[in-house]
Amino acid sequence: MASITQTVSARRQRFSPSSILRSVLGSQESVLLLALILLIVWVGSENRQFLATRNMVNVFAGNAYIAIAALGMTMVIITGNIDISVGSLMVTLSMLSGAISVYEGYPSWVSTDLTIALAWVLPVIVGALVGAIIGFIVTYLRIPAIVVTLGFLSILKGLLIIVSGGDRITGMPKGYALAQIRPLEDVSMPIFPAFFQTLTMPVFFMVILTILVALWMRYSPTGRALYAVGGNAEAARLSGISRHRVVMTAFILNGVFVGIAAVMNATQFSVIQVTLPPIELTIITATVVGGVSILGGTGTVVGAMLAAIFLNTITKALVFLDISPFWTRAIQGMLILITVLADLYRRHRQSA
Amino acid sequence: MQPPILELNHITKTFPGVTALDDVHFDIRPGEVHALLGENGAGKSTLIKVASGVYEPDSGEIIIGGQPVRFGSPRDAQAHGIATIYQELLLYPELSVAENIFMGHAPRTRLGAIDWATMRSRSLEILASLNIDDMDVTRKVGSLTVGNRQRVEIAKALSMNARVLIMDEPTAAITESDVERLFSIIELLKQRGVGIVYISHRLNEVFDIGDRVTVLRDGRYIATEPVDQMTEDKLVSMMVGRTIDNLFPKLDAQVGKVVLEVRNLTRKRVAHDVSFQLREGEIVGMAGLVGSGRSEIAQVIFGFTPAHAGSILVDGREVRITTPGQAMRYGIAYLPEDRGTQGLIRQMDLRANTSITVLRALSRATFINRQKETQLAHSTIQQLSIRAYGPQQLVGKLSGGNQQKVVVGKWLATRPRVLIVDEPTRGIDVGAKAEIHRLMSELAQQGMAILMISSEMPEILGMSDRILVMREGRLVAEFSRAEATQENIGLAMMGDIGNNGKSINSQLDGVEWQA
Repeated sequence: MASITQTVSARRQRFSPSSILRSVLGSQESVLLLALILLIVWVGSENRQFLATRNMVNVFAGNAYIAIAALGMTMVIITGNIDISVGSLMVTLSMLSGAISVYEGYPSWVSTDLTIALAWVLPVIVGALVGAIIGFIVTYLRIPAIVVTLGFLSILKGLLIIVSGGDRITGMPKGYALAQIRPLEDVSMPIFPAFFQTLTMPVFFMVILTILVALWMRYSPTGRALYAVGGNAEAARLSGISRHRVVMTAFILNGVFVGIAAVMNATQFSVIQVTLPPIELTIITATVVGGVSILGGTGTVVGAMLAAIFLNTITKALVFLDISPFWTRAIQGMLILITVLADLYRRHRQSA
Repeated sequence: MQPPILELNHITKTFPGVTALDDVHFDIRPGEVHALLGENGAGKSTLIKVASGVYEPDSGEIIIGGQPVRFGSPRDAQAHGIATIYQELLLYPELSVAENIFMGHAPRTRLGAIDWATMRSRSLEILASLNIDDMDVTRKVGSLTVGNRQRVEIAKALSMNARVLIMDEPTAAITESDVERLFSIIELLKQRGVGIVYISHRLNEVFDIGDRVTVLRDGRYIATEPVDQMTEDKLVSMMVGRTIDNLFPKLDAQVGKVVLEVRNLTRKRVAHDVSFQLREGEIVGMAGLVGSGRSEIAQVIFGFTPAHAGSILVDGREVRITTPGQAMRYGIAYLPEDRGTQGLIRQMDLRANTSITVLRALSRATFINRQKETQLAHSTIQQLSIRAYGPQQLVGKLSGGNQQKVVVGKWLATRPRVLIVDEPTRGIDVGAKAEIHRLMSELAQQGMAILMISSEMPEILGMSDRILVMREGRLVAEFSRAEATQENIGLAMMGDIGNNGKSINSQLDGVEWQA
């Protein structure tokens, strides 16, 4: 009897308007989407130029490579690990990609098309290899991921500067610019058409990859295992899931996505530089603000993608609101704290 | 009769979707042991959290010494003399006994530094007042036994001049001799006028030391009665709202051929030379004290901590098991001892928790078949009568008994031939307990071989076809159902060396009979 009434009251509870609102606000993805729309509308009403197609293109596409790298970061963090070497790895792989494309000493049978294909594919493979090495050290040698990747951060940064001599790469062959953001006509338009016109190559890659990864993480045994290992490693192991294999998978895929992001980054502009901004921090910020719990076990790549766009929107909005761009980092930091607090609050309520 | 130290009146507390407490009363007088009883999910934990300042009630009043008070935090409650000892002891393992006792209120020298000498001597004083004179206060707490850590917690409460001491299942994890000591400490505290709130699933303890008992059911207040006017049957029927005439409905099963055999299984330091057989349709009970190697041997068989020597045979053929995955492929399932840390993934819903062992089987072309997965969850809910609103319910929000059923469900999903259950009914309510026993019985009837590790003598005696006894990592005795008695199992568990007859008897006195 008790269980029947309980079931009924639980049902009723679940579909009341207030509980729907609560569940909307309870998911980081919907909060971010709402915040993103509100931000665009608000900044647009303050300064109409913000809604110009050219700007919208940059708002959506500008952080696409961050969003793609965040796919891997999401997996790594969900398993309860972290990778702080992704920024160095990405710049290294970008330079590798550029270097392959401009290298002139190939034998004569190597066509430019093949060179370009190599420049697109090889960084992804190298990324996977680096991920495999990190994963191996973390799992089989039992060294915490933050220490291992701190080491890799320095190693890669150092090697990069030695090998490149700090030079930049230019003069990539035609056809190399896979992820070029081609600004469309510079006209101010209402928001929706502008949105569709922003479907440039980077956005296309970002959306397709995010959807694929989201489906894979949600509906595949391995995807599920990522959450299980991050949620309770011992219970997962006692359920027959191999933690080592799962964590290795996460790091390898992380390397793959950093590789793809690197190629996107390299082919976006006509110059590839050894500037070393703390990209890893932006990627981790996007992941965490996207709702991936830093303690592991929860979060989605959709959230991370929305957060990547959101972060870029803030940066661009500051320009249009005439606020110093130096606020960007401070705002990002605040977002991280707010998100982590919200996560803790949710966990607290769940365990109550 | 003395006026109560602490009164809780008309306490109501709700969480999203659940009324945890509905107009509940509770009070505690100086020098009494007031037992708080109820099934898991009845609201005991919530009530003590209200009393200790962890939760603020939605409505109702807390009265101390006749004055209404509000607790904004556990600190407020402590300041009013209310101390709580939780099941998981909250001590700092890396700090010494004295530091733990005076954590947060260490005596100071005039310069404001910690006065170590005073702290140590006061710690010794407090311990001595509890007749504890065998503890080195400079030792790290992490190196102490659970029983000793519990005594440190009690000393800590006294160092803060606690007038009410709330104990949540204090005997769940300690040995019988520790239980005896705990009871004598409780006696001392009573004499000093400390009021003790005592929560336990072991009814005999309530009769041993309780003065009054309050029963909660489904978040509601049922009654408060003097213990000497109660019987176990009455208490159980108050707790579950129905009378249970047979707690252990063991059904007869056809015992078939040997499914699992282990020979000379050894894992260094925890299990030595263990050999036994397990047949179809048989429930083999494994008795032994905590730390005697029972769980360890189960984890060796399951590949969680592989064997260093010896062999495992499934259907008469020797197999190599080094990971749980391999054990599962041979049809072995293991229901772990601690459902919270080893069984459930709290962030996941019921559906994902039940399907986790069979994801590959539910998948096609790398994707999980959602329909089949949901079906599995529904049938698990139905088969095990889990009280949940559906497959999407997060398991962290279920009560203990229902959580345990989810863990059972995820193993039944693998259709195992050998089921190893480790303390299958620890810390769950009487009703759920009976259901799990009935289920095990039915599974055995269907031909499953079950190895049941348990610390509860009635469970061992009531459920097992055969009983194996472990002591200090070795298999020391085996009894048939007919031969087995509390006395001979108890003797085998305790061994002859170093233990006199008295401690064996106290071991047996501690055995609970709930039927």
